[in-house]
Amino acid sequence: MELARGHVLVCGGTGCTSSGSAKIIEEFENCLKDKGLENEIKVVQTGCFGLCALGPIVIVYPEGAFYSMVKPEDVSEIVEEHLLKGRIVKRLLYQETVVDEDNVKSLNEVDFYKKQQRIALVNCGVINPESIDEYIAFGGYTALGKVLTEMKPQEVIDEIKESGLRGRGGGGFPTGLKWQFTANSQGDKKYVACNADEGDPGAFMDRSILEGDPHSLIEAMAIAAYAVGADQGYVYIRAEYPIAVNRLRIAIDQAKEYGLLGENIFESGFNFDLDIRLGAGAFVCGEETALMTSIEGHRGEPRPRPPFPAVKGLFGKPTLLNNVETYANITAIINNGAEWFKQIGTEKSKGTKVFAVGGKIKNTGLVEIPMGTTLREIVYEIGGGIPNGKKFKAAQTGGPSGGCIPADLIDTPIDYDSLISIGSMMGSGGLIVMDEDTCMVDIAKFFLEFTVDESCGKCAPCRIGTKRLLEILEKITSGKGTLEDIDKLEELCYSIKNAALCGLGQTAPNPILSTLRYFRDEYIAHVVDKKCPAGVCKALLSYVIDPDKCKGCSLCAKKCPVGAIEGVVKNPFTIDTNKCIKCGVCMESCKFGAISKK
Amino acid sequence: MKSLAELEQLRNKTLARVNLRKEDDSNIRVVVGMATCGIAAGARPVMKALMDEIEKRNISNCFVTQTGCIGVCRLEPIVEVYIPGSEKITYVKMDAEKAVKIVNETIVNGKVINEYTIGAAENN
Repeated sequence: MELARGHVLVCGGTGCTSSGSAKIIEEFENCLKDKGLENEIKVVQTGCFGLCALGPIVIVYPEGAFYSMVKPEDVSEIVEEHLLKGRIVKRLLYQETVVDEDNVKSLNEVDFYKKQQRIALVNCGVINPESIDEYIAFGGYTALGKVLTEMKPQEVIDEIKESGLRGRGGGGFPTGLKWQFTANSQGDKKYVACNADEGDPGAFMDRSILEGDPHSLIEAMAIAAYAVGADQGYVYIRAEYPIAVNRLRIAIDQAKEYGLLGENIFESGFNFDLDIRLGAGAFVCGEETALMTSIEGHRGEPRPRPPFPAVKGLFGKPTLLNNVETYANITAIINNGAEWFKQIGTEKSKGTKVFAVGGKIKNTGLVEIPMGTTLREIVYEIGGGIPNGKKFKAAQTGGPSGGCIPADLIDTPIDYDSLISIGSMMGSGGLIVMDEDTCMVDIAKFFLEFTVDESCGKCAPCRIGTKRLLEILEKITSGKGTLEDIDKLEELCYSIKNAALCGLGQTAPNPILSTLRYFRDEYIAHVVDKKCPAGVCKALLSYVIDPDKCKGCSLCAKKCPVGAIEGVVKNPFTIDTNKCIKCGVCMESCKFGAISKK
Repeated sequence: MKSLAELEQLRNKTLARVNLRKEDDSNIRVVVGMATCGIAAGARPVMKALMDEIEKRNISNCFVTQTGCIGVCRLEPIVEVYIPGSEKITYVKMDAEKAVKIVNETIVNGKVINEYTIGAAENN
């Protein structure tokens, strides 16, 4: 790598790539060559910066200028003005960073980043994920070096235990304890594995870590292998993450070339090899026993526990299985010490958690916050609030296994235990924000559709039970439900929770239970009043024209795709509810606000 | 990888090339005036010389950047050196040879080369 006076960092995460960042990189390279700057300015493709809503993102160092929503045609202006003449292109900057005509504030002072603390994502958006040299320059592999040359395996486990780190995949099991169990198990061969199957709709932090900082996973897995006495590792990752798979492959090859994977690493006598196993993207394969069955080459179905993987895991041998984000915390703990890590977070949940924030919120993207941050801070300060002046209604955490947090609990500090106590769960960290236009019964139905699709079918409670739950929800949203159905729904939820074989089935009813807990009145409105208060469930809606407001312009009648609107010009029109398919086109087209849904 | 020392060596080799991305206030900032006036007066070879010398000596606590017109076009090329904790030094009428001296004297040893400064130029 050459010394350059400026670095142009272009986000190469999946979000920005799909909005065209590859083209932007190409443009930069061409424009720099045109101006003869190709040896002075270096273009670096990085991982995700987190602010996906504003992608594609380009950051220019040393100024730290943060350009958002960059289009290929903007590139020549950035090169000409900023890189050649040293004048930052204000027009293209993320406007939150612009103070006034002459001043730009640091990214860390912007609302979106101010309350964040980056441990797992520390290198994402900073280094080139395809360069082991950059990872090393930013302190990479020093933790592995320290562990192998200065620490005994038990000391490593003690450090992790002491740190209070808990599994970031959702369960929240103490990581150090898991390591201890695996280390204590007797076996001629042991494995470490990484769950990178990330199946929750809306969660993408594991993918972003793999795309932005793949070496941190390799280093952490090597440390874990040393601690538990394993010499082979597997990363189980879904084939639907092609960029992540590719960068991890490159990283593994580089680590092997540098002797950071392989035999006798740091001349300590420790050997470790790492392989990738691709999953086909089944949600159930994120469940640990199903994941290991899949790695072994069988159909990805769960099996009863115990025996736990720490005793009998991959190929019947003791296996340590952690999630990507959990591993991403390990090197920081080794480098800075358990004491440092313990100071971050709450009493029982230490450190930070990455959330993929989506739904009805301004700054969709990836945020890493200390445990104990409140939902209000995430939604209103980091997230920038709800667009279009709508009201916050609820947030769903934990995806299809989690539950919702209603508006009156918005000040709940987010950690493992407080989320469980309000009927939700941390899950892998998907956080979907919903506004007043969201129907909670419809949301429950959405998640149930997902679990019905993804149920592997091995056990009856999950296979048949979730299908029945979905049928009842469909009955309710189509206006045919009764109060009895709600009771039946609830009863069935508890039966499935108690009887299902694995985590998928045991948690599948959670979205229903938590919406029933906080929004029971909406269920009742659906079955008793036959109304959907949020105006989402089509069967319960009818569009009406207010005769006082209607000017008789006939626009709605022209737009209606099924010819359900009739009338005489300059007189109020009417909608034939028998013909109406409730598409809402008339309401959108009316210039006088005369059409409403009820 | 044989030892921690080997890793450290590798780290130091690359550090100089990435440290401009770290939001670290302890780095020395060298700013070259690169507006039309600066470029016309020869700022580009000056900057090239600064960078070559920094790379040659593998200095990791310093980066080179550029700025627009400072306003004293007649004294271009101008190079400003910001050393954390001390006053800004403004060197004027630079050329490649002087630039190399700045790296060796000011950046490495922290010594101001008085005869190149704007103060000295204005007194003549």
